[in-house]
Amino acid sequence: MNPVVPLLEVRAITKRYGAVTANEGVDLSLRGGEVHALLGENGAGKSTLSKVIYGFTRPDSGELFLEGQPVVFPSPREARAAGIGMVFQNFMLIPALSVAENIALFLADLPPVFRLKAVGRQIREFGERFGLVVDPSATVRQLAVGDLQKVEILKLLLGRARVLIFDEPTKVLAPHEATALFQVFAALKAEGYAILFITHKLREVLACADRITVMRQGRVQGGFGPGEATVEALVSMMFGEQDLAGRPDPEAPTSPPPSSRPTLELRGASSPGTGSETALKGLDLSIRAGEIVGVAGVSGSGQKELGDLILGLRPLSAGSKWFCGVDASHWSIARMREGGVAFVPEDPLVMAAVPGMSVRENLVLGTGRRYWMDVRIDWRRLEAAMGQSFRALAFPVPRLDPPMGALSGGTLQRVVIAREMAHAPTLVVALYPTRGLDVRSTTSVRDLLRRARDGGSGILLISEDLEELAEMSDRLLVLYGGALVGDFPRGQWQVEEVGHLMTGSKETVHG
Amino acid sequence: MSTTLMLGVLAGAILSGTSLLYATLGETIVERSGLVNLGLEGILLIGASVGFSVTAVTGNAWLGLGAAAAAGCLANLLFGWLVVTRKANQLASGLALMFFGFGVSALVGAPHVGAVIVGLPKWRPAWLGAQSWVQATTLFNYDLLTWLAIPAALLVWWCLFRTRWGLGVRAVGESPGAAFASGRNPAALQFQALSAGGLLGGLAGAHLSLSLTLTWAEYMTAGRGFIAIALVIFSKWNPLRAVAGALLFGGAEALQLQLQARGSLISPFLLDMTPYLLTLLVLLAWGGARRLAAPASLGRTFYGSD
Repeated sequence: MNPVVPLLEVRAITKRYGAVTANEGVDLSLRGGEVHALLGENGAGKSTLSKVIYGFTRPDSGELFLEGQPVVFPSPREARAAGIGMVFQNFMLIPALSVAENIALFLADLPPVFRLKAVGRQIREFGERFGLVVDPSATVRQLAVGDLQKVEILKLLLGRARVLIFDEPTKVLAPHEATALFQVFAALKAEGYAILFITHKLREVLACADRITVMRQGRVQGGFGPGEATVEALVSMMFGEQDLAGRPDPEAPTSPPPSSRPTLELRGASSPGTGSETALKGLDLSIRAGEIVGVAGVSGSGQKELGDLILGLRPLSAGSKWFCGVDASHWSIARMREGGVAFVPEDPLVMAAVPGMSVRENLVLGTGRRYWMDVRIDWRRLEAAMGQSFRALAFPVPRLDPPMGALSGGTLQRVVIAREMAHAPTLVVALYPTRGLDVRSTTSVRDLLRRARDGGSGILLISEDLEELAEMSDRLLVLYGGALVGDFPRGQWQVEEVGHLMTGSKETVHG
Repeated sequence: MSTTLMLGVLAGAILSGTSLLYATLGETIVERSGLVNLGLEGILLIGASVGFSVTAVTGNAWLGLGAAAAAGCLANLLFGWLVVTRKANQLASGLALMFFGFGVSALVGAPHVGAVIVGLPKWRPAWLGAQSWVQATTLFNYDLLTWLAIPAALLVWWCLFRTRWGLGVRAVGESPGAAFASGRNPAALQFQALSAGGLLGGLAGAHLSLSLTLTWAEYMTAGRGFIAIALVIFSKWNPLRAVAGALLFGGAEALQLQLQARGSLISPFLLDMTPYLLTLLVLLAWGGARRLAAPASLGRTFYGSD
């Protein structure tokens, strides 16, 4: 075994919030030169543990050791000074400032009068060493999500952190960006950094972790050394044995033959792209009732624009859009929604929720006149209908009074999905519907989409998760650079071929 | 346009542009920290009246200048107490500060209306004074504030864009949450920005009464504070661009004065409106581009990070 003293060790951490025990007797050790994955469902206690390590939260009991010495972090400032850094899910970056300025802002030893060029040189140096190449003089507003994360990591490295905590870093990344992140992990590891990788994605854990700790209901459920873990072992440790039996067999083709009537049709639909948007180029697409059409593509291939075009947020510059056999090219969003279009957007907090309004008020938004009662809103009927929708999804019903903006990402996503699916939609347009959800919620969302399909809805599923698309889609389309470059019926695609189409390394294929 | 008219306009532009520039620089610092101080007009009035009164009593314009800067600073700290400490609405607080400035300046200045003072000393380098084209105008015959106007703009720019303090101030104006996460105290930085801004606002007001007019009259600023707020937008929150803006607006004022003095056929009421019309035009022209340049958190209240 490795005789080296761990860089950071937590022993017997317990943290309770009222009656809820978030962490109970948790032990964890992080060694230099290792990627340590912390795996668990939403609410398993991963976030609490990372907050304790980073000094956000004081534990009720338990101790922290830095290179064998006991330490206490009253606030993140002390944790940072001790060399602990955290990459948050929500980036702490200022869009209007340059990369170098953003990083300089977080340097503890920045002189009163500083030279940005010197900071930029350091950024380039670290960037080349760890595969984190970003232009220091670029304005952060212009960067893609993957680059933003690089800036966050560079911030920690220039601040001399040695223990790096990543809180679900791949949630915002496209598959190829995630792969690049794992290469960065490897480079950091080689130079002796300790990495704590918090996630609930099994595949990623197996791809990059040296050691794995699994948490369930606030406790450490078990751990694996290098090469010991398998998918089955991890799943049974995360959920217990009984849950496995309930999962649907992804291989079983349960879809009934789709009807021939298209719910939605695009004929040569185009839309110009301005700024960071992708132009859509002559899309021909038809979604029949009782069919799930999956759309694969790397991020920024026009997914958001396609969703917006269908809902009517974005006008057509050429071509036409047909909804249930009627020309809907110039329909308003309200008319599309009244026609029964459910929409789960890419960024629900921005596009599907009003953060300052209560969950209850958010539930009634976008439901048209359905809950109108003279000049008032029939809240009781709304709550009954939405409660039913939550139960159908096996989602816990959230409290309805707090503002929507106070919900965690996963809960917010569940509220939006429950609202959109509440009224037997004719057409569902779902962008990354399971992003940020734990395995259990992911399963119920997929089940519900299948049931909606079996009930005669047409479904457009836009996702970056190829496994999800393979499991769900009756037809798979590939989007690249705003154009549809591939069209495969169920079971006729190979992952490799789809991958090539997604990255543009192969020409158009229609299977 | 004749040469004398042009030179006259230029000379006037520099003289009346000086106080506009100081006021604009002050408001730029304040807005970069995320605060909108609509009370700038009141700060100018307080500076003008305190500066004049102290000079009238002591006979020393330098004491008056110092007192004006201190008074502007204090008034801005009052604004800070309202909007940063008490988290009051910035627009309402700014307007209240303006009316407060009307009242206080009238009160302080009332005993000294009509007093004769010796203003800030002016100085023209001898070799420039020897030029014949210069002699007919006030060109290059400036007080210290005018001579230091462009260096002051450079200094403010340097502080905002080349120092740790300036980076912190800009970060607070863009995202107080991120500034807080970086270990800074957003409220402290906003108070520092307000102090600097108030000091410059006080100097701007004092320049009006101690150099430009050598009198005190109620509401003598006549909207210069609001023109300066528009200039901050015109200059896209950049102290160096503010120099050009201040000259342009100072020039508009000087031109209409020159035209009036020459008995132009245009109604004097219309001519009086020139700087304000120009303000409207600038806001119209810059309307679209404004969004990108303004500090992202401008005018918002920071309730702390959770």
